[in-house]
Amino acid sequence: MTSETKQEKTVLLDQDGHLANREDWSEELAQELANIEDVGELTDRHWKVIKYIQKEFDEQGDAPSIRKLTKESGVSTKELYQLFPKGPAKKAAKIAGLPKPKGCI
Amino acid sequence: MKDILILGAGTSGTMMANKLSKALKSDEFRLTIVDKDETHYYQPGFLFIPFGIYSKEDVIKPKKNFFPKDTNVIVSEIDLIKPEENKVHLSSGDVLSYDYLIIATGTEIRPDEIEGMTDELWKKSIFDFYTIEGALALAEFLDDWEGGKLVLNIAEMPIKCPVAPLEFLFLADDYFKKKGMRDKVEIIFVTPLDAAFTKPIAARELGNFLEEKNINLVTEFNIGRVDNEEKKIISWDEREVEFDLLVTIPTNMGIEAIEKSEMGDELNFIPTDNHTLQSENWENIFVIGDATNLPSSKAGSVAHFESDVLFENLLSHINGEPLTASFDGHANCFIESGDGKGLLIDFNYDTEPLPGKFPIPGIGPFSLLKETKMNHIGKMGFKWLYWNMLIKGRDLPLESQMSMAGKIVPEKEEQETKTLQL
Repeated sequence: MTSETKQEKTVLLDQDGHLANREDWSEELAQELANIEDVGELTDRHWKVIKYIQKEFDEQGDAPSIRKLTKESGVSTKELYQLFPKGPAKKAAKIAGLPKPKGCI
Repeated sequence: MKDILILGAGTSGTMMANKLSKALKSDEFRLTIVDKDETHYYQPGFLFIPFGIYSKEDVIKPKKNFFPKDTNVIVSEIDLIKPEENKVHLSSGDVLSYDYLIIATGTEIRPDEIEGMTDELWKKSIFDFYTIEGALALAEFLDDWEGGKLVLNIAEMPIKCPVAPLEFLFLADDYFKKKGMRDKVEIIFVTPLDAAFTKPIAARELGNFLEEKNINLVTEFNIGRVDNEEKKIISWDEREVEFDLLVTIPTNMGIEAIEKSEMGDELNFIPTDNHTLQSENWENIFVIGDATNLPSSKAGSVAHFESDVLFENLLSHINGEPLTASFDGHANCFIESGDGKGLLIDFNYDTEPLPGKFPIPGIGPFSLLKETKMNHIGKMGFKWLYWNMLIKGRDLPLESQMSMAGKIVPEKEEQETKTLQL
């Protein structure tokens, strides 16, 4: 811990509880969101997934499905569930400051 | 002479052949349709087979009954599409050329995508009801089943007809009650979703139904494998659910020819413009129904509404005009809820299923998101409509665009704010 005084920031959430405005996102905020989601301390492996889905979102307009994550991020399905328990695609999108993936209809 | 080639003669492909045949001059256009199967299946009827409500005869008819006379019909598997060359290679060895291609190859269940699913318990204690074979085998199993744990599991989204698993649960509850053995069956719904359904207002309503019918709900369960010895399904995050009877909705994927042709996404669904239904990569290819990657439901009603849009846009494209017809994601689904009742939902890309009356505002006769006998009558009457009107491409008294008339819009929940410590 480098600073003793913590900053407070109020952010707007959408109906799924994801960030409403991407501009509010920062790496510090991601860690805070990860704590809320019980993901814990974000490691390099978490960041690999988060960066990948942000890039994918910028290119495709939607966060990727778990299948696509496994195929293209270089992280196995098993590990994805260890990193982001229960719903990796949804949880990682939330921490990355992106809306809930449209994938499931 | 221009060639229009339709791949797949299911609900979508058959509708398109009929619409196009009526509209195009046969001395200018040659219409060809390819399918591996000579039998047309009324797929919404599969749901009723396990419970003895429909028999095999209710859901099958020869495909040839529904093709327009002037259409060239080829029975073969599709091997490879070469969109750069405007050619399609068939498993029979024939190569077809086209000027315009409509891909209507649908989706298939892939139980082999889940570890252990197709091992020794497959078709013994594990069944699907998305194929005629699966539905018939399950009917036979249920006939003399003495009870135990019935687990219904959705492997992953998206699936064809996302309401069918719920309907199966409601009908199962009714079936065991009528057999006087409901107390001997524990029904458990295990889903990768975080609620009973994908859309919040409908999920709440349908969740209440599950509770009323004493059906247990396990959410956010993403199946990783099946343990055949211990008879349990295990999620990727190592949660376990035991079963005596597992009814699976396996992974849904587009056909392998799409993968081989490198035209699909990770599930072999084809990137398609959400509104024009033109392929995202090739101007002379249009895609319809379950084969698309559209964020709409994979359902017959969706295919039907899409067929109007695709028809208009294909004609515009042929005439060199801009594509002005726009698909809005419209879906309209009856949901059987058991005991001679049903619900109806009507929604699109932007509007989730809402309560109200349909199609005439305030009158109906159908009620949206509400259990009525009339909705059940609608569901059962649909079979006649399907065989006699829908796949023959005749106009139904239904707009392809969703209408807000008759729908009750709930007050918008305010957006939450959250204060975080950084």
